[in-house]
Amino acid sequence: MRRYLTRKLITYVLAFFIGVTVDWALPHFMPGDPIQGMLSKYNVANTAGYQALYAQFEASYGLNVSLFQQYLNFWHGVLTGDFGQSIFAQGASVSSLVFSAMPYTVALLVPAVLLSYALGNRLGAAAARRKVLDNSVLPLGYVMQAIPYPWLALVVVYLFGPLWHLFPTSGGYDEGLVPHWDWTFIASALDHWFLPFLTVFLVSLGGWAIGMRNLVIYELENDSSRYLRALGSSERVVRRYAYRNASLPQLSGLALQLGVVIGGNIVTEVAFQYPGLGNLIFKAIGAQDYFLLQGIFIFIVIGVLLANFIIDLVFVSVDPRTRLSMQGAMA
Amino acid sequence: MSESISQAPAPEAAATGLPGGSAGAVPAPRNRNEFIHYGLRNPKLVLGLTVEALLVLAAIIAPFFAKYAPLETTNMAAQHPGGAFWLGTDLNGYDMYAQLTNGLRESYLIGALGAAFATVVGLVVGFLAGWRGGWLDEILQLITNVLVMIPSLVLLIVIGSYLSSRSILFEGAFIGLTTWPWVARAVRAQTFSLRSREYVDLARLSGKRPVSIIVKEIAPNMASYLFLVVILLFGSSMLIAASYDFLGLGPSQTVSLGYMMNQAANNSALFYHMWWVVIPPGAVLTLMVVALLIANVGLDEVFNPKLRES
Repeated sequence: MRRYLTRKLITYVLAFFIGVTVDWALPHFMPGDPIQGMLSKYNVANTAGYQALYAQFEASYGLNVSLFQQYLNFWHGVLTGDFGQSIFAQGASVSSLVFSAMPYTVALLVPAVLLSYALGNRLGAAAARRKVLDNSVLPLGYVMQAIPYPWLALVVVYLFGPLWHLFPTSGGYDEGLVPHWDWTFIASALDHWFLPFLTVFLVSLGGWAIGMRNLVIYELENDSSRYLRALGSSERVVRRYAYRNASLPQLSGLALQLGVVIGGNIVTEVAFQYPGLGNLIFKAIGAQDYFLLQGIFIFIVIGVLLANFIIDLVFVSVDPRTRLSMQGAMA
Repeated sequence: MSESISQAPAPEAAATGLPGGSAGAVPAPRNRNEFIHYGLRNPKLVLGLTVEALLVLAAIIAPFFAKYAPLETTNMAAQHPGGAFWLGTDLNGYDMYAQLTNGLRESYLIGALGAAFATVVGLVVGFLAGWRGGWLDEILQLITNVLVMIPSLVLLIVIGSYLSSRSILFEGAFIGLTTWPWVARAVRAQTFSLRSREYVDLARLSGKRPVSIIVKEIAPNMASYLFLVVILLFGSSMLIAASYDFLGLGPSQTVSLGYMMNQAANNSALFYHMWWVVIPPGAVLTLMVVALLIANVGLDEVFNPKLRES
């Protein structure tokens, strides 16, 4: 178990290091000069003035020191949670923007991912090797998997918005409200939360159900299942064992899904103009706000690694092989 | 590194609906005629392939019947589908038939490009890691695992924001270079289990070079499994591209199905109840991918006797 966790931890530390380095390096080694871009907005004609402004901007963004020193400074910022100022939302620090967007993303995606995981697994396991159920769950699952998400969002917005007038189709709460804890705000937020939640839930449901169905079929045809049957176990017991074995791969899939949550589902949040991290990323690109993008990227990396680590810990409790350090021999 | 993930095919299952075929699913070398025999009798495969073939045919032929270029205005905005404009026009006066048929072509192109890039990189990495093992395997696994964790959309946004124009090739390459870990994991796990078989040992004893052992002894034995993975990548590349295009991050100056969705959303086609602008691009793409998925299940049953319904 210790060997298993140490290996995992090394992977995560390395991944974090690579993530931060890539995040720092990308803007530096890409063509184009962000400061020139910013200055072009001001139309400075006078050369001396331009040079003075350029130097001023360079200093204020910490770009006037050596590359290595900039890299160290970046790490310092990452470790102290200081990602500088946002360009498009003037006066706001990157971390405050990220923290005000995070609750929406988490509240939207965590329930959607977990509920679709729980329900999809049950549905898929029930459908495996049962003709009637299989013939309904499987095709539906494929359609749900094949629907392009942006289009599903468009259609849902159309049905519940302009056509039936049932739910608000954009924003995170009613205009004119200020986010704080009171019932009118919570009611309004829930009202806005429902449609994006529904679409993410539906889209993920099909994938989990199909994955589980296929895995359970493989498990039911497995030698261990045959052995159980030969011993005279009831089909219910065989299925329970098959389900538990099939849950392991599904669980590592859940780690990936949960990791993506932190980055926000950009397409969802853009389609519903939901004020979460995904939408923030989208606005940051539009405004070429590199500092904001860099800051969000770090949060995404941390979130992905954290989600993976939590699932690893869950693995230790559900998969005895990790406790016995037998992993290496299994491939 | 993390055997728990590579050994278990779940991430693929979750992301692309790959059947959970672990190492045990390697089919024994079989007579080709037998595959054809079961293939023709498999309703899923026949149905999926027929629909897909019709759609491919439409993608090749249908654009020739368009009366306008996809980005050429007809000067007739918001026309209902009918005589003059088979699929109507949008608020800008673009002919939806021209855009849809062109988008169909783009989708297949991007699916093929994405799957091709992912397959090539995934094969090389998977064979190297599975065959050599040891430290090389550890490093390649690490890279694979890190890459899987990085949200590719964010990466695309960061890279894309530095490029003034993007081509279809760029989008295809980007999709392929962010999805290859699925291929690499599958190939690595299969190579791992195949390389200790007796016939591989025999080939090694007879002095064959590793490359020719991999090409002649190992690859053919995972061909069917690999084929399934590639089909799924094809479908998911088309879906991923639709999302990118919807966000306006797709190739510049090309009309794809995702671009049509983007335009429908930006021009508020929904609020004018212009269903003929909103519904067709997504419906067509759904059909394309569903047909692929169904054909894929059929193929899986053909290749893998355990799955055939008795």
